[in-house]
Amino acid sequence: MAEETVADIKKKSMSIIVTKGSLDWAYPPFILATTAAALDFDVTLFFTFYGLALLKKDLNPKFTVLGNAAMEMPMFGTHIAMPNFMAMIPGVDAIAGSMMKKMIKDKGVASLDDLREAAVLSDVRMIACQMTLDLFEYKKEDLIDEIELGGAATYFDVAANCNINLFI
Amino acid sequence: MAEQMLDAKGLNCPLPILKAKKMLSGMQPGDVLVIEATDPGSVADFAAFCSQTGNELLESGQEGDVFKFKIKKA
Repeated sequence: MAEETVADIKKKSMSIIVTKGSLDWAYPPFILATTAAALDFDVTLFFTFYGLALLKKDLNPKFTVLGNAAMEMPMFGTHIAMPNFMAMIPGVDAIAGSMMKKMIKDKGVASLDDLREAAVLSDVRMIACQMTLDLFEYKKEDLIDEIELGGAATYFDVAANCNINLFI
Repeated sequence: MAEQMLDAKGLNCPLPILKAKKMLSGMQPGDVLVIEATDPGSVADFAAFCSQTGNELLESGQEGDVFKFKIKKA
């Protein structure tokens, strides 16, 4: 019997349904997608609802302290939680978002732009949900070029053959 | 066999893995990539990377705060 070659082994694969588009929630799908691609997985991301914002040409995800009970910012040598009412004060979310971006940079964590670019370069397949485009009145031209459009059936066609399917 | 060097010091997950993968893609089978990183998570991650990609982890060690890996391309 001939020896099993790498080409004979079915390629590992993963899909992620991406539903959230805020700065903090944007990281898990892009980190997992780029890493899986580096580990030789075929990767497909399906962007729906607020996740669609992560495909905009001008990637600028916002951040809110509202309703995030587990968020504690390292400050003054300790960890400071933000009470919900703080989010009502104009500018607080913007400041918290800037702080988050500075922390990300200082700690050597990749920027979202870099991670998305890495995903494109490593042939991560990115599907934008057509229904979400219609719902929120986005045009395909608002999104980066490397995407395709599809719906739930397209997702299942991919997911049925994946080893790993995640929802974020 | 050629040897190449990747300085991944100061970079956090998943950047050391992504950069290592990119460099390995441009190398020949049998070539060796030497990586220096400061992310403590990279110790487990490079072992997992090699186990998933079939590349061989020749060496995984630590000198002071720097983690050093040697990977032979499959």
